Amino acid sequence: MNKKISTLGRKEISAEREAYLAGRKRKKLQVRACQIALLVLFIAAWEVFARLGVIDSFIMSSPSRILRTLANFSGNGLLVHVGITCFETLVGFGLGALIGNAIAFTLWWSPFLARVAAPYLVVLNALPKIALGPVIIVWVGAGMQAIIVMALAISLIVTVLEMLGGFASTDKELIKMAKTFGATRWQTFVKIIYPSNLQVLFGSLKINIGLSLVGVIAGEFLVSRAGLGYLIIYGGQVFQMDLVMTSVLLLGVLAALLYGGVALLEKKVMKFVQR
Amino acid sequence: MREILRLEDVSLVYQAENGEVTALENFSLTALEGEQVAIVGPSGCGKSTLLSIIAGLEPPTHGKVYLEGEQVRGVSEKIGYMLQKDNLLQWRTIRSNVLLGLEIRGMLTAENIAYAEDLLQTYGLWEFADKYPSQLSGGMRQRAALIRTLATQPKLLLLDEAFSALDYQTRLAVTDDVFEILKSVGKTAIIVTHDIPEGISMADRVVVVSGRPGRVKSIHKIELDASGGQLTTPLQRRANPRFTHYFNTIWKELDLNE
Repeated sequence: MNKKISTLGRKEISAEREAYLAGRKRKKLQVRACQIALLVLFIAAWEVFARLGVIDSFIMSSPSRILRTLANFSGNGLLVHVGITCFETLVGFGLGALIGNAIAFTLWWSPFLARVAAPYLVVLNALPKIALGPVIIVWVGAGMQAIIVMALAISLIVTVLEMLGGFASTDKELIKMAKTFGATRWQTFVKIIYPSNLQVLFGSLKINIGLSLVGVIAGEFLVSRAGLGYLIIYGGQVFQMDLVMTSVLLLGVLAALLYGGVALLEKKVMKFVQR
Repeated sequence: MREILRLEDVSLVYQAENGEVTALENFSLTALEGEQVAIVGPSGCGKSTLLSIIAGLEPPTHGKVYLEGEQVRGVSEKIGYMLQKDNLLQWRTIRSNVLLGLEIRGMLTAENIAYAEDLLQTYGLWEFADKYPSQLSGGMRQRAALIRTLATQPKLLLLDEAFSALDYQTRLAVTDDVFEILKSVGKTAIIVTHDIPEGISMADRVVVVSGRPGRVKSIHKIELDASGGQLTTPLQRRANPRFTHYFNTIWKELDLNE
């Protein structure tokens, strides 16, 4: 096994291998080129049809109008709204991860509690948390706190279920091995169970960053004070489709960046752990 | 020779939803210092349960287990337990894996670390100390697992089908390795296996266990060592003409059970 790798490491690449590598690179480039072409084509068609009057740019907006709205960020406060949405998402996401992991740990520690909680978790998981929006606003007040609680509510139960499932399915042999050395439950958790489930943790974080954003936007729809969700609702009400489309575009970018951030964190942590 | 392990009339009864299962019945056994005892028997005869009881992971329903004269209650520090799989933690280097037992027991002293590193050196894993388990072959991983166990300096080693996850050739080689290691440090070991030749090749005595519930059926003293006091490896022992004789005797006994 080692031999193969070392010969590859040196510069004795055979003609066949060179052709294979070139072929792979070509395929990759082709896919990327098509992806970019599709986007350019879509934007161009949108712009051209809007200018020709085939589609009504008042209703559908157009790339140039979106660009103009973006350029006017100091006037319409776009950046502030993006910042607020981003902040709320991160706080809700962070709290969801922390509290969710703490609850999962508690339920792992006490199988009795876990059995008691099981049916409630199932119902809470199936319940559309957005339905709780009005209740949350009444309870914690119509402001940023309500939005954060919504983001938290939407990601919490998923985290608990995912982590608890991961803990429960940790390799029994690894646990037995630790026990033969007289490991306490806490040691077993810290040294075996949690590290075994880092992949599960990041899987749930990747899902939750998106879910938190959903919670935040839904919260902003309801609270309607600030943020991209507010801009979308507001723009729709005053028929400023440029603002709505721009907000949706920014939301897409934000979602991608947040996901990318979690993915980057995963890479860093995994590297740190495999140090 | 000093007696290390004594089991007195050990029984274990499991309570399951659909009734009681007697896994072990009136099981008595002793092991002397430096002795290797193999336990062979059909699958499901409670061999692994026996080791769990000796290790203190499970209390017996009846009977007593003594280690160096002290009754076993709870997991004992005097025991090193090797499982079927190496169970190395993927996210730790070999060095860090080998130190895990010491770490859990709170025995990470400079002296003990030096001993563990010494073992790595002696058994040819030193240059792999900073590698991860996935970068090692199955045989090397099993050796690392053995070092992890030996690092805590147990008085008694329990091997639970410790080689059965390896392919045949690696298995023979690792068996030789482990045997030499055991003999060189004079460790007492209880070797559970379903592989009769493996048991005969490694042990001073072979205990045949009957099918469920597990009882001692017979005990065979194995004498395959060459005269002159030189170490005879399991592979050399397999070549001894008497090996077949032992095999046939034990094989017939196991066969009669079913």
